Amino acid sequence: MRSPSDVKRVLEAALLASPEPLGLPELKRLFGGEVATDTLRNLLGELAQEWKGRAVELVNVASGWRFQTTAEFGPYIERLAPEKSPRYSRAVMETLAIIAYRQPVTRGDIEDIRGVTVSTQIIQSLEARAWIDVVGHRETPGRPALYATTRKFLDDLGLRSLEELPPLEEIAKTLQLEPVQTAEAGTRPANAEPEAATGTGG
Amino acid sequence: MTAKLYGEPVIELPVDLYIPPDALEVVLEAFEGPLDLLLYLIRKENLDILDIPMAPLTRQYLEYVEIMRSKNLELAAEYLVMAAMLMEIKSRLLLPRPPSAEPTEEDPRAELVRRLLEYEQMKKAANALDELPQVGRDVIAISVWIERTIAERLPQVNAQDLAEAWRGLLHRARLSRHHHISREELSVREHMSGILRALRERRVLEFSELFDPERGVPVLVVTFLALLELARELLVEITQSECFAPIYIKLGYAQPI
Repeated sequence: MRSPSDVKRVLEAALLASPEPLGLPELKRLFGGEVATDTLRNLLGELAQEWKGRAVELVNVASGWRFQTTAEFGPYIERLAPEKSPRYSRAVMETLAIIAYRQPVTRGDIEDIRGVTVSTQIIQSLEARAWIDVVGHRETPGRPALYATTRKFLDDLGLRSLEELPPLEEIAKTLQLEPVQTAEAGTRPANAEPEAATGTGG
Repeated sequence: MTAKLYGEPVIELPVDLYIPPDALEVVLEAFEGPLDLLLYLIRKENLDILDIPMAPLTRQYLEYVEIMRSKNLELAAEYLVMAAMLMEIKSRLLLPRPPSAEPTEEDPRAELVRRLLEYEQMKKAANALDELPQVGRDVIAISVWIERTIAERLPQVNAQDLAEAWRGLLHRARLSRHHHISREELSVREHMSGILRALRERRVLEFSELFDPERGVPVLVVTFLALLELARELLVEITQSECFAPIYIKLGYAQPI
């Protein structure tokens, strides 16, 4: 059974049975490596097309392919759950956004941008969700941890890569009417001077 | 930034300055920090963020901060740093500038504007992120019931096996009979009944409620053995949600009430 439609049915069965996304290497293993990666990719595309318009869709995320209910039916499915799924607070979402768009960042970087202390709780809740992790330490006094978003973050938000994040609103051009050197400083928070905010205040 | 101002803890406010909670407090708590508050004031007054009129903005900001100061110290600390920064910018704008220095001197507001814009950008990005469908919240990852799960074979047990198991038990019980004193055995069964009776009334008991230390160590031990025996016979369920949490005893599901 190696006709394209047979392969497609096997892919369908495997993907439907797996709660986690399946990547191309794993899918390839289903056929003992006899089906070329390009063929698989094409067939997955076709399969996704076949499921279009249904309540369930086949999506391609960072870790591979996954069947999921479409967002349209989220509100209905939510009624089955005993409690409403919680939304993250603005503080958590802003922290997540800064980590996602400016990674890798330290807690100090996040605090510079938000202008308030980032509580340990916020970091912990994102770590517990496995959406962020420590990818290193900045070689400055205290060796603060550098945070970055994880593959699970991309998976859970239905993204293949960070490039698919919603685009940032451009601020560089609006800054240029001030003296030119500020435009440079505007691209990143003042990492080198964590005391900058307090310094200018005095 | 921390709850400290210039490295010093913020001045202690007298306790009697605390104002009872009111609607304003709810509004104030909705702000994510001084930058958020400033953005709100700028957008509310429709001010040009690139040409901020510092005097009215600073005045408004200080009014808000004054109310906050009396309510939430930790919050106020970060807001106070910003207040100092605003006043510094305001005063620098008031200084007469030598005409020769004009082209090179940076607008004192530039850093503030940069921070406001960067924060606003991230604030909007956070909203955009929140709009993305999230697994578990907006979409569910599908996993169908696969046959492997159903096909998991459970050991087959028939009446003969049970009878043999029972005989084995009896045999071993006979072998180890000399370890027990019959009166104690009885006592265990008696306590088992006592526990069941207590559960019939109360449905759920906390572990410690079963024990009466005043009746001495032997009774404690027998009660404990009775509980273990009940659990072994599936007559009670012993549950504990986590380490060191209270242990609860309830009737096993098979027990007719």
